[in-house]
Amino acid sequence: MTSLRDHHDQTRPPFWRDERIIRIVLQALFLVAVAVGLSILYRNMVIGLAKAGLDLGFDFLKNSANFGISEGIPYTPADSYFKAFIVGLVNTIWVSVVSIVLSTIMGFALGVARLSSNWLARQLASGLTEIFRNIPVLLIIIYWYQAVFLGLPQVESGFSLFNMAYFSQRGLAYPQPDVILLPTLVLMVLVGWGSWKLLQRWRPDLNERWAGVISLVGALLVAGLVWAFSGRDPFALDVPKMVGFNLQGGGQISAEFLGILLGLVAYTGTYIAEIVRGGFQAVPKGQREAARSIGLSEMNAFRLVIAPIALRSIIPSLNTQYQTLIKNSSLATAVGYPDLFGVGSIIVNQSGKTVEVFTMIMLSYLALNLLVSLGMNWLNERVKLVER
Amino acid sequence: MRSTLLAWVTGIGLVLLLNSLIVACSTESTTPTGSPQAGGTPGPARSTLLSTIQGRGQLICGVNDQLPGFGNVDAAGKYTGFDVDFCRAVSAAVFGEPDKVEFVPVKSANRQTAIQSGEVDMMSRNTTWTLTRDFEWGAIFAPTTYHDGQGFMVKTARNIDSIEKMDGASICVLSGTTTELNLADAFRARNLKFTPVVFDNDDATYAAYDQGRCDVVTSDQSSLISRKSTLKAPNESAILDQVISKEPLGPLVSQSDPVWADIVRWTIDSLIYAEERGITSQNVSTFASTQDPDIKRFLGGEGNLGQLMGLAPDWTAKVIASVGNYGEIFDRHLKPLGVERGLNDLYTKGGLMYSIPFR
Repeated sequence: MTSLRDHHDQTRPPFWRDERIIRIVLQALFLVAVAVGLSILYRNMVIGLAKAGLDLGFDFLKNSANFGISEGIPYTPADSYFKAFIVGLVNTIWVSVVSIVLSTIMGFALGVARLSSNWLARQLASGLTEIFRNIPVLLIIIYWYQAVFLGLPQVESGFSLFNMAYFSQRGLAYPQPDVILLPTLVLMVLVGWGSWKLLQRWRPDLNERWAGVISLVGALLVAGLVWAFSGRDPFALDVPKMVGFNLQGGGQISAEFLGILLGLVAYTGTYIAEIVRGGFQAVPKGQREAARSIGLSEMNAFRLVIAPIALRSIIPSLNTQYQTLIKNSSLATAVGYPDLFGVGSIIVNQSGKTVEVFTMIMLSYLALNLLVSLGMNWLNERVKLVER
Repeated sequence: MRSTLLAWVTGIGLVLLLNSLIVACSTESTTPTGSPQAGGTPGPARSTLLSTIQGRGQLICGVNDQLPGFGNVDAAGKYTGFDVDFCRAVSAAVFGEPDKVEFVPVKSANRQTAIQSGEVDMMSRNTTWTLTRDFEWGAIFAPTTYHDGQGFMVKTARNIDSIEKMDGASICVLSGTTTELNLADAFRARNLKFTPVVFDNDDATYAAYDQGRCDVVTSDQSSLISRKSTLKAPNESAILDQVISKEPLGPLVSQSDPVWADIVRWTIDSLIYAEERGITSQNVSTFASTQDPDIKRFLGGEGNLGQLMGLAPDWTAKVIASVGNYGEIFDRHLKPLGVERGLNDLYTKGGLMYSIPFR
C-alpha cells in the first residue's frame, strides 16, 4: 500500500482514475440521486393527494377535536386538534421521563448485582435480565396490562390501604395532598431554620432548647398564616372515594400508564443492566488494585476510581437506550394509553390529514430524541477523561 | 478500495433503479383513465384500477378480522362474514369467480391510510359513511349494506339503563371511529363526564370490557351483538335500547378512480336487485330462458350493461351464483347472531334496501 501511494505522488493518474476526485464525484452523484429520489417521492405524494382531491394544510388544527382523551393535562372534547396533540405529546414525555428514571435505577441495581459476590443476588439478577431481555417489548407491555393489571380485582373490590389508597384493575388511586402543601412546607423550613440560625447569632446565651421551641413556633405560625389567609388547609388530603362507578378525587395512576411504564422499564432496565455490567467489567483489574494499594477502602475505590472509569463507557450506550425507550413508548397504543402516537393516529383518522399529522408526530419524536442526545452528550463531556 | 468503489456504484445503481420505478408508478398514477386495453372489450368504461386488478389476477380487499358475523377468520383460516362476502361479490363480478381476493385485515384507525395510499382496492369493513370521510379521506362510498346505529353494552350488575345514568363511567371505545366522536358528543350534550378507554382493535376493546376495566362499551349495535356472543359471560351483559346515531355502513373505495367506484357500487346494487326480483344462488340458472326483459337485461341476456362497465356480459349471474343475493348473504351470516332484518329489509317490506334500476 505504501509503495502504491508513493507511486501516486510521483506521477498523478488522469482525473478519472484519481481516487480523490472519484470520491468527490461519487459523493456529489449520490447527493443528487438522493435529492432526485426525495423530490420524486414528494411530487408523487402531491399528485396522489391532488388526484384524491386532497390538499395539504395545517388549518384543521384549530378545529374542535370532538373525541375524548382519558388522561393527561386538562382537556375536553371541545378543545382543538392541536390541544389534543399536545396532550399526547405531554403524555409521551411523561411516560418516557418516568420510565427513563426507573429503568436507569433498575439497570444499575441489576448490573451491579450481576457482578456481586453474593451468589443469590447474582443468579436472581441474571435470571431477570435474561427473561426480559429476550422477550419482545410489546409482549411484555401487553403482559403487564392484560395479565397483571386487568387481572386485578374490579374497582369496587380492589385492594385498599386504610381506605385511603386503592389498587384495582383501573389502576392506583391515592390520597393527594393539597397543591399549597409543598410551598407551605418549604416556607416553614426556611422560617424555622432561619430563626434558629438568627437566634444562634444574636442570642448565643439562649438555651438551645428554647431556641428550638421558638423556631418551631415560627414555623407553625407560617402554617397558621397560610391557613388563615389562603382559606385552604395546607395539610388537607384529597382522598379518593367511590362515586357511582369509579373512584373519584385524589391522585390517580391508570392501569394503562402502569402497563406501558412497567413494560418499558422491565425491558430497557435489563438492557441497561447489561451495559452497566459491561462498563464495570471493562475497567482494568489493575485500577482497583492500584486504588486499594494507595489505601482507599473498597467503597471509596469503587466510588472514586472504578465508577468514574466505568461511566465513560456506560453513558454513550445509555443514550441509545433512552432514545430506543422513547420510540418504544409509541407501543402505548396497544394498551390504550393516550400517547403522542395514539392520539396522533386518532387525529389522522378523524381529521383525514395523514401527511400533516404524521409529519408532526415524526418531528416531535425527532425533537425529543435530539434533546435526549444533547443532554447525554453534555453528561458525556463531563465524565470524559480530562486530557492535559 | 475497489470493494468500496463497487459498493458505491451498486448503491447509486439501486437508487437510480428505485427512482425509475417510482417515476413509472407516478406517471401511471397521473393518468386516471387509461386507454382501452388492447384486445379487450371496447366501450366507454375505462377503469385503470380494473385493468390493474385483472392483470394482477386478484382483488385486494380491506376487511375486519375481529368481528364474527361481519368479518373474521374462521377455524380453517378462511375469511368469512357479511362484509367479507361483498369482497367476494366484487371478485365474482371482475373475475367470474368469488375467491380471487386477497384479504387484508385493517384496523379501524388505519382505514383512511389504506384507502388513501391505494393499499387496498376496496374496503368492506363496517365503516360509517360521513361527510368528513367522503371528503377528507378522499373516499367514495358504495351503497350502504347495513343500516346501523350506535348503542351501548353494559354490565347488568351496574344497573345502567340509559346514558343519563353513565355519569363518571369508564367507557371502552375503538379509536378512529365515528362511535368515538358520537360518544363525546352525547356526553357533552348531556353535561356528563366519562373516561374513554381507547384501543385500536376490537379484540383489545372487548377484552378490556370483559375483564371489567370499563363499565360500558359503545359501538355500532351490530358490533355489540356480534361481540356479545364472544364474551365470557354473555348473560351478564345487556345491550341498551338507546341508540344515539345513524351509522350507514358500507364498502368504500378511493375517489381517484370513479369508474372503479361505479363497478363496486353496481355490484352491491346487483345483490339488492337480485333479491328484489327473487333471483337467488339456487335459481339463478333457471332464469337463463326468462322472457322478462328486465331480468334478461340484468343477467346479460340482452343489452350491454356488462360491457359498459368493462365486465363480462353475465357478470351479475356470476355474482349471484357465487355469493347469493343480499338477503342470502344477510341470512347466512347475521341471522345466526339473532340480527333482525329491520331497516335492512327491502323497501318493499318496510326497510331501506333499494336498488337503482338496471337499464
